Amino acid sequence: MHVKLPPFQVLLDEHRADVYRFLVATAGPGEADDCFQETWIAALRAYPKLRRADNLRAWLFRIAQNKATDAHRSRARRPVPVESVPERPVWPTIADGEPSLWATVRGLPPKQRTAVFCRSVLGMPYAELAALLESSEDAARRNVHEGLKRLREEWTP
Amino acid sequence: MNDINRSLRTAAETLPTRAPADLDRALTERATHEGLLDVAYASVDSPVGALTVAATPRGLVRIAYSGFDDEVLGELARKLSPRVLEAPGRVDEIRRELDEYFEGRRTDFELPLDWALTRGFGRAVLRETARIGFGHTSTYADLAGRAGSPRAVRAAGNALGSNPMPVVVPCHRVLRTGGGLGGYTGGLERKEFLLRLEGVLV
Repeated sequence: MHVKLPPFQVLLDEHRADVYRFLVATAGPGEADDCFQETWIAALRAYPKLRRADNLRAWLFRIAQNKATDAHRSRARRPVPVESVPERPVWPTIADGEPSLWATVRGLPPKQRTAVFCRSVLGMPYAELAALLESSEDAARRNVHEGLKRLREEWTP
Repeated sequence: MNDINRSLRTAAETLPTRAPADLDRALTERATHEGLLDVAYASVDSPVGALTVAATPRGLVRIAYSGFDDEVLGELARKLSPRVLEAPGRVDEIRRELDEYFEGRRTDFELPLDWALTRGFGRAVLRETARIGFGHTSTYADLAGRAGSPRAVRAAGNALGSNPMPVVVPCHRVLRTGGGLGGYTGGLERKEFLLRLEGVLV
């Protein structure tokens, strides 16, 4: 089947800002730049092989979510010298000047993290969010709901 | 839930509104390095208006007169590859030769050409057109003959009308038998300008 994919630059122009904001919030300001480049390079690599031209934003954000998750994993493996062993894990850490809420968001499981951001900040429809998460719409709703619930429990303004 | 939704939106206001510009450059550089930039394009200013110039790793593939931008990029994505990215650095060489031509300091283009947007008889006609020198002219009938089909004058005209690389493949040097200007992809005013630049028209 032949699909009409728009020029890649169109995708970049339309979604670059939101992808970057998503990564600053969910991967952290220190990891966002690297994740941003990894996301777009991976997208560019896979682009000609796409068999559908609908839901391109969901496809892009799925790649971005995976890059953010990779960054979390490699960060968790990186030893950080500390003077004494804290009672609670220090991750997620809060970057200078950023609202502590994002650090709490980064403490959520990946799907909830993505669901909360895409729904509450981008206003993404559930059908699109389901495509992004490769789940049913019900599961997408549950991820938003659970994520918000945990944020209310865990975040202190 | 509204409380936390509101807090999220407030927190979103502190996020950067755009990705840093140097990330774009780093991205096109890495895409080029990894062989992922199939079609690079940029806008190039000229005395005949802004041109959209596109290149593949093989060479110049498209020059379009202003105003066709979305259409032109869509065509490149469909016919060549959807990996189309704006990358001014990749068309520097083409820009330099075009500048020199329009300033009257260059009569021959040396940049490599990628004929991927042409086929068959049309390609043969355009390749012959590329051999017409600066300040010289030819006719549709003559080109049809040199491309191997003397009677296919109309087909030759069509091929010139859809020339993907005007200026560099000089279809403006092709006139009607008898001296009429004929048509031009970018409009007759541009054809006249180029012929004047080359001293054919005074």
